Amino acid sequence: MSENGEVLVKVSGADKVYRRGSEDLHILDKLDLNVPKGEFLALMGPSGSGKSTLLNLLGGIDRPTNGSVEIGGDEISMLSDRKLAWWRSRHVGFVFQMYNLLPVLTAARNVDLPLLLTNLSSKQRRKQVELALDAVGLSHRLDHYPRQLSGGEQQRVGIARAIVTDPSILLCDEPTGDLDRHAGDEILDLLDTLNREQGKTIIMVTHDPHASARASRTLYMDEGKLKTEKPE
Amino acid sequence: MTFATLGQRKGSSFASVFGIAGVVAVFVGVLSIANGFRNAMTATGSPRNAVILRSGASSEMMSSLRRESGRIISDAPGIVMGENGPLASAELFVVISLPKISTGTDANVPLRGVGDAAFDVRDDIEIIEGRRFEPGKNEVIVGRAAAAEFAGLQLNDKFQVGPNEWTVVGTFTERGGISESEIWTDAKVLGPAYARDEYFQAAYVRLKDADTFDSFKDALTSDPRLRVKVTRQTDFYSEQSTGIYMMIVTLGALVATLMAIGAIFGALNTMFSAVAARTREIGTLRALGFNGLPVIISILIESILLALVGGSIGGGLAWWAFDGYQAATINWQTFSQVAFAFDVTPSLLIQGICYATLIGVVGGLFPAFRAARMPVTTALREI
Repeated sequence: MSENGEVLVKVSGADKVYRRGSEDLHILDKLDLNVPKGEFLALMGPSGSGKSTLLNLLGGIDRPTNGSVEIGGDEISMLSDRKLAWWRSRHVGFVFQMYNLLPVLTAARNVDLPLLLTNLSSKQRRKQVELALDAVGLSHRLDHYPRQLSGGEQQRVGIARAIVTDPSILLCDEPTGDLDRHAGDEILDLLDTLNREQGKTIIMVTHDPHASARASRTLYMDEGKLKTEKPE
Repeated sequence: MTFATLGQRKGSSFASVFGIAGVVAVFVGVLSIANGFRNAMTATGSPRNAVILRSGASSEMMSSLRRESGRIISDAPGIVMGENGPLASAELFVVISLPKISTGTDANVPLRGVGDAAFDVRDDIEIIEGRRFEPGKNEVIVGRAAAAEFAGLQLNDKFQVGPNEWTVVGTFTERGGISESEIWTDAKVLGPAYARDEYFQAAYVRLKDADTFDSFKDALTSDPRLRVKVTRQTDFYSEQSTGIYMMIVTLGALVATLMAIGAIFGALNTMFSAVAARTREIGTLRALGFNGLPVIISILIESILLALVGGSIGGGLAWWAFDGYQAATINWQTFSQVAFAFDVTPSLLIQGICYATLIGVVGGLFPAFRAARMPVTTALREI
């Protein structure tokens, strides 16, 4: 998949500058990042350090001001909005802190959403949805609405939605941030399993050292750059 | 999903539906007035009948023709021959003042003096009560709408006009046509009463068929003894209703447009709040790979759905409240009252629903595009 057979994510010299009034805010500063295929990477850092901005660039929902973002050999920062949307539907699974489930849809229909963008028949889609919900241990909750599920269960549905299209990379933005320790551990166990058993590449933003300890590598965001050591 | 989320915004959805219902009710209501008026003016009249007025006259009130002209007209080619001669009726048209039942105030009623052949020329006339007037007597028959609108026009009632007293001996219908707003009597009695023995105002003739009209018209207009204007009866009635019809339609359109602008703002408000309430959902869908089009379609569907519900309610209200409602207005061409019934037709209801849909589209379009163009990262940050 990747150009050199190892690196899945390659960010080179990425800047992200926001303009606030007359002031330029440099959120990312000539940032470089390589993530090998199959890695479970944790990104840590204080609020506003640019972790989520980097995650957005990797997910193709934002673009760098300068530099390039290459995922699986595709230079996604050059794609048009339409092509980028299509790329996201094929290659990325998002897991959000607040789950972002649609409250009017059942668990199964929430998980089915990304499959609506594929050419699968409804029968095939149903099968995929059941497999994904089974993988997160919720095969008995297919027809439950989000309000009928606990926070941990809702996040499992969110993960099922992220993996249902079998993407190459999972981007998790504080996936345990809204959960108690027990539920958070279950989610981390699940991510760990997906990484080890299914070889999913996972990049997880977190504030929680307990969560980052489950990752195979942790990087720290500081002043728009990534560091291997936690800054003082 | 669109349908399922409607229930979460009952308040603003209801306000939007209510506003659009009001617009459509007014729109349909006003046009039903125009429709009803035009129906009354054009329901009857046959393409086989022709109306002859003095050249330059736009209505019977403004026309005046000499008796000799009547004889020349009767002899023109193309007129059907009845048992007692050509089916041509030389008619007088005067306006009398009678009190309205509803207000007690006087209003103008057309009193028409007709010739012997009038009932054969206008074969839609049907006596529903009493009998026809006897020629030579001060007797009248009254159109059903006039009898319902004005006091003293019931069977056997008598009323005074000028020096003469007239007795109502019958009530007639004309399939809802304009004549139902008139009073008819014998032209030979009405003429002397109004000192118009030597004149009449219009001639109504029955032609052999509709195609005869052109040759009949040519014969009369090229006759050097006559200065007349010949019109097909259906066209004549249509011309007579054009002024008021256009005024009602224009006023109705103006009111409906102003109300629609208000309703569009209502719809905009509803849909902006709908978008605001679902911003993060929209952001999530777009992060999952949906592009802007499904977002636009979903918001437009919701807006149009609300508009359709409002339009249906408004159309239903207009139909329930206005259809068949009896009213009367003055027709400026004749300076007399025309009774008519509001007419809410299926095509009018469809127009109302289309109007509502338009409001829905305009009201939904801007919020839809704003939602579709919002950056995904911004949308995902919304609570």
